[in-house]
Amino acid sequence: MPGTLIYAEVQKGEIKKGAFEVTSKAKELGGEVSVCIIGAGAEALAPELAKYGADKIYVVDAPEFENYVTETYVQALAQVAGTVNPSVLLTSATAQGKDLTPAIAARLKVGAISDCVDITKSGDKIVAKRPVYAGKAYAMVEANEEPQVISVRPNSFPVTEVAGAGAVEKVAVSLDASKIKVVVKSVEIAASEEPDQTEAEIIVSGGRGMKGPENFKMLEDLAKLFGPGATTGASRAAVDAGWRDHSYQVGQTGKTVSPNLYIAAGISGAIQHMAGMGTSKVIVAINKDSEAPIFTKADYGVVDDLFNFIPSLTSEIQKIKG
Amino acid sequence: MNTVVCVKQVPDTETLIKVQGAGIVPDGIKWVMSPYDEFAVEEALQQKEKMKAGKVTVVSLGTDKAIETIRTGLAMGADTGIHINDAEFYANADPFATAATLAAAIKDLEYDAVFVGKQAIDDDAGQVPAMVAELLGIPVVTQVIKFEVAADKSSATVTREIEGGHAVLEVSLPAVFSAQKGLNEPRYASLPGIMKAKKKPVDVKKAADLGVSDGPKTVVKEMSLPPARQAGKVIEGDDAAAKAAALAKALKDEVKII
Repeated sequence: MPGTLIYAEVQKGEIKKGAFEVTSKAKELGGEVSVCIIGAGAEALAPELAKYGADKIYVVDAPEFENYVTETYVQALAQVAGTVNPSVLLTSATAQGKDLTPAIAARLKVGAISDCVDITKSGDKIVAKRPVYAGKAYAMVEANEEPQVISVRPNSFPVTEVAGAGAVEKVAVSLDASKIKVVVKSVEIAASEEPDQTEAEIIVSGGRGMKGPENFKMLEDLAKLFGPGATTGASRAAVDAGWRDHSYQVGQTGKTVSPNLYIAAGISGAIQHMAGMGTSKVIVAINKDSEAPIFTKADYGVVDDLFNFIPSLTSEIQKIKG
Repeated sequence: MNTVVCVKQVPDTETLIKVQGAGIVPDGIKWVMSPYDEFAVEEALQQKEKMKAGKVTVVSLGTDKAIETIRTGLAMGADTGIHINDAEFYANADPFATAATLAAAIKDLEYDAVFVGKQAIDDDAGQVPAMVAELLGIPVVTQVIKFEVAADKSSATVTREIEGGHAVLEVSLPAVFSAQKGLNEPRYASLPGIMKAKKKPVDVKKAADLGVSDGPKTVVKEMSLPPARQAGKVIEGDDAAAKAAALAKALKDEVKII
């Protein structure tokens, strides 16, 4: 039976959660599940993929893959895809996944379907559901050719522990150096323990109502209480005011997030913001203005002064956590 | 430095979207240049100004209306336009077909760099930059927030946004660069700029004129509106502390997140 090939991304010496999400989902859809993992030192991580349903794990582990370069990773993944000949190629739509997915599709001379929030099977075809027009509509999309290349928005599927055969095969990739025209000069990654907003389970976000950069400490304290899966975010207003770095921005010109819980503090809820967080499972809005548009999208609304409310909420949650 | 900028006309984010079959109802929509493409145009103009030489060409695939977005680019300061005006082709064009058309229009031009917005805000696919690069056989760097070209125009040093930080890369030219917010502050078209834009040359073509026969490789089967969200619950209480206790309880008992 024609199977699925998944690209598993490695960051900071760990496999990204999104890779486990799509692997579990592929197992559920049926057929053989192969995973390709690329990176210097990736071999040691490979066995973990078997826990989430990988039948076969192709490992590309060589010093050339220490830093991500689109061309080198495309060459490696294309070689593995040539061996597996999958009917479906799945990636997680992380920052790297968004770069790699269209590039590998173009190399394989097929199309791609980006940033999907659900995939279902209809015969041999995958029907992919994806938000369009700033989340104001959903498109159901199918690929005409194989492999059907699809990237999936992180947090769209649960990680399910289901054993796969987990046979590991090391792949030697001979890179075509003539095509590699990009050299990495330096990489700077903040030494943060927090997850990236795109894959956080809980996000506590602040907007114009935060009044200044110093007040975000309050949101950080609340986020910390929720544990390692939580982080903070910001609206465009807060970023444009210079209170938070652009890397925190949620919305159309920032990140698209899909956490289990999104707490919006002092965010009015412009359509551009909704575009970035509309697929959150539960939305809590805190705003002084009971007419703020965010309340039409919120599952729980609190009309109050956030400077009184947030510290109270933090202490209430502290009480529950003990 | 000669540059090409790919731009797309999209519905303004504030516009109400009505769906119809596998598409949207085009009436009553306010059309704009996709915001990330504005960063792309601005970067091309800044590079030309810095090098004090070169030409900026704006390319767009669309219907008759797409000329408005090309004129916006020309009004900002671009020199010429290519309008692939093909309603029939555009109606079914997926990112691959779009990229194939753009690449066909670009391949015979003289260029050192191609700038594209990192994604268009209508379908948010973000595929065109990488696909155009692949079809032109040149490298691509996405999510660019800083761009500096070497004096001999043989390479560029660029900073791109990556998860949790950024990376600095050196890239041989020509190459495709996708523009991320932070790259620059796009200028507004001035009144003289708008007047001048009307006289700038725009080459009008059909996809077939460019030798593009490839149809789309993905197809939208159906478009739907998201289900209406259930009315949310307003957390009541005498003061902030009481509301906080009620919300914490709901997060624990109903959402089961604590």
